[in-house]
Amino acid sequence: MNSPSKLQDIEVGSVGNQKMLKEKPFLNIKNLKNLKSVGLFVLLVGPAFLAFTIIVLIPFFMGVYYAFTDWNGVNGTINWVGLDNFKYVFTEDKQFHKSFWITTKYTAVAIILTNIVGFILALLVTKTLKTRNMLRTVFFMPNLIGGLLLGFVWQFIFVKGFASIGQISGISLFELPWLGDANTAFWGIVIVSVWQGAGYIMLIYTAALQNVPQELIEAAKTDGANRWQILRHITIPMIAPAVTVCLFLTISWSFKVFDVNLSLTNGGPFKSTEMLALNIYTEAFVNNRYGLGEAKALIFFLVVAAITIIQVTYTKKKEVES
Amino acid sequence: MGNRYTGRTFIVEILAIVLGLVFLVPFYYLVSNSLKSFAEILSNTSALPSVLQFQNYVNAYHQMNFLKAFSNSLLITVVSSIVLVFFCSMAAYMLVRTKKKISNIIFMMFVAAMVIPFQSIMIPLVKVTGNLGMINSVWGLVIMYLGFGSGMTIFLYHGFIKGIPVELEEAATIDGCSRLGVFWRIVFPLLKPITVTVIILNSLWIWNDFLLPSLVLQDPELKTIPLATFSFFGQYTKQWDLALAGLMLSIIPLLIFFFAMQKHIVKGITSGSIK
Repeated sequence: MNSPSKLQDIEVGSVGNQKMLKEKPFLNIKNLKNLKSVGLFVLLVGPAFLAFTIIVLIPFFMGVYYAFTDWNGVNGTINWVGLDNFKYVFTEDKQFHKSFWITTKYTAVAIILTNIVGFILALLVTKTLKTRNMLRTVFFMPNLIGGLLLGFVWQFIFVKGFASIGQISGISLFELPWLGDANTAFWGIVIVSVWQGAGYIMLIYTAALQNVPQELIEAAKTDGANRWQILRHITIPMIAPAVTVCLFLTISWSFKVFDVNLSLTNGGPFKSTEMLALNIYTEAFVNNRYGLGEAKALIFFLVVAAITIIQVTYTKKKEVES
Repeated sequence: MGNRYTGRTFIVEILAIVLGLVFLVPFYYLVSNSLKSFAEILSNTSALPSVLQFQNYVNAYHQMNFLKAFSNSLLITVVSSIVLVFFCSMAAYMLVRTKKKISNIIFMMFVAAMVIPFQSIMIPLVKVTGNLGMINSVWGLVIMYLGFGSGMTIFLYHGFIKGIPVELEEAATIDGCSRLGVFWRIVFPLLKPITVTVIILNSLWIWNDFLLPSLVLQDPELKTIPLATFSFFGQYTKQWDLALAGLMLSIIPLLIFFFAMQKHIVKGITSGSIK
């Protein structure tokens, strides 16, 4: 593993060198004191960086290239088709448009609900309740189990459990064919995601809430602030960094949702709940249109990257202001 | 927010318990129905089982080849977690302690790549790793987990190591310890809290991961628990007695892990995400 990793390092070094030429060459022996420390650097950083390069960087850049080809994954011929894939995706691929819209809608709903529920759970378990430790365990438990298994569990609940609850209680909401209808199937995925994600978000908000100084709250109470004012003007600003983290996490979970989507609805009924990640997967591995799938994956990446950057800069700015 | 247990707190407590029960309802349906006969699941979904059908579990256990899937999952998770800790702690240490532009560039590459969604990589990944003979191999999969996990693992170690004073290491170097010796004997033991976090986050992720192994492990003998559950559930859809018992078998190891490690998991997740 060592000799190729040295190669990697030299490559990276020379790329860096070109950038730094205006200042001073930095990867020469004089600057790093001696060869031994270069060797040690390569030995310690090399293996992780090599694996990272082979598994993440190279496939990523290859993917960018394939997005402009008609590769079908089966035969060896790969032809450059320019922007054809993107043209198709933007103008003709109705399913992709539908997936994009449903993913956006799902992300918006899931972020809001997961954060609100998670925050409420955190407020509950930071109160002086006798059962708070047990409750924290219960709220967190769904998070431990992977989305794939949870999707299957809920498939049973929606199909059999809800029908049975509906029969007993007579509430018509439970008697709907939840997974058989586009609208309720969408909400089904939302319910499972919130149930799964809220416990994790709760843990982050709990840690943040425990760091809010009690004196501040006491002082506000003495000044006659009510509970809502304390929450709005003291607690929430004080936990702003945790809000950043939680928004960041839930956006990235929701936009990239795959496992629950696959196991709960598998995109159905009639592809009405097929989110982007599943759409890309189907395009590549079911339809065998790798080039087209890769074009979608590239668009997917750009959206994820843009959301992340906008969101982090925006919330960091907010933190400074408040 | 006060510290006294008032009547109001009591009402909040009752509401919280009700909410907790709502959270548990899916587990109730899963456990109770996994112990019923097929006919009883259909006729009495919400009731407790009249006769406990442990035979469901025995059947699911054999038909899922559960022991094989369990040991595959265990092997892959344990080895990948150890490999990630071993290589990423060293790399992060070197990146923090080498005050050169190259360290920053490499670190930023690791961090920036965390944004890349798996779907943007998976198609060429199958080709690259296929050419390297990493398909259908547990070791190939371990290397992939090293590649995918290195970003976050190095990021977490990096942040932690920055807070460790260099003086400790300098003293040891004067005493004649080599750099590697200094790392493993002096620095690594100090990293224990973040190592626990890293192990928990990585092992939960790897244990539950479905998409990557489904693309890489095609040999049925190599199936992990999520893969085995997926094909089992696909095969026995609507045969709920078997399907639910199989799901329970897959969930039980996670619950055992959770109750044994709960304190560490809670701490690991909070410190892992706030950094």
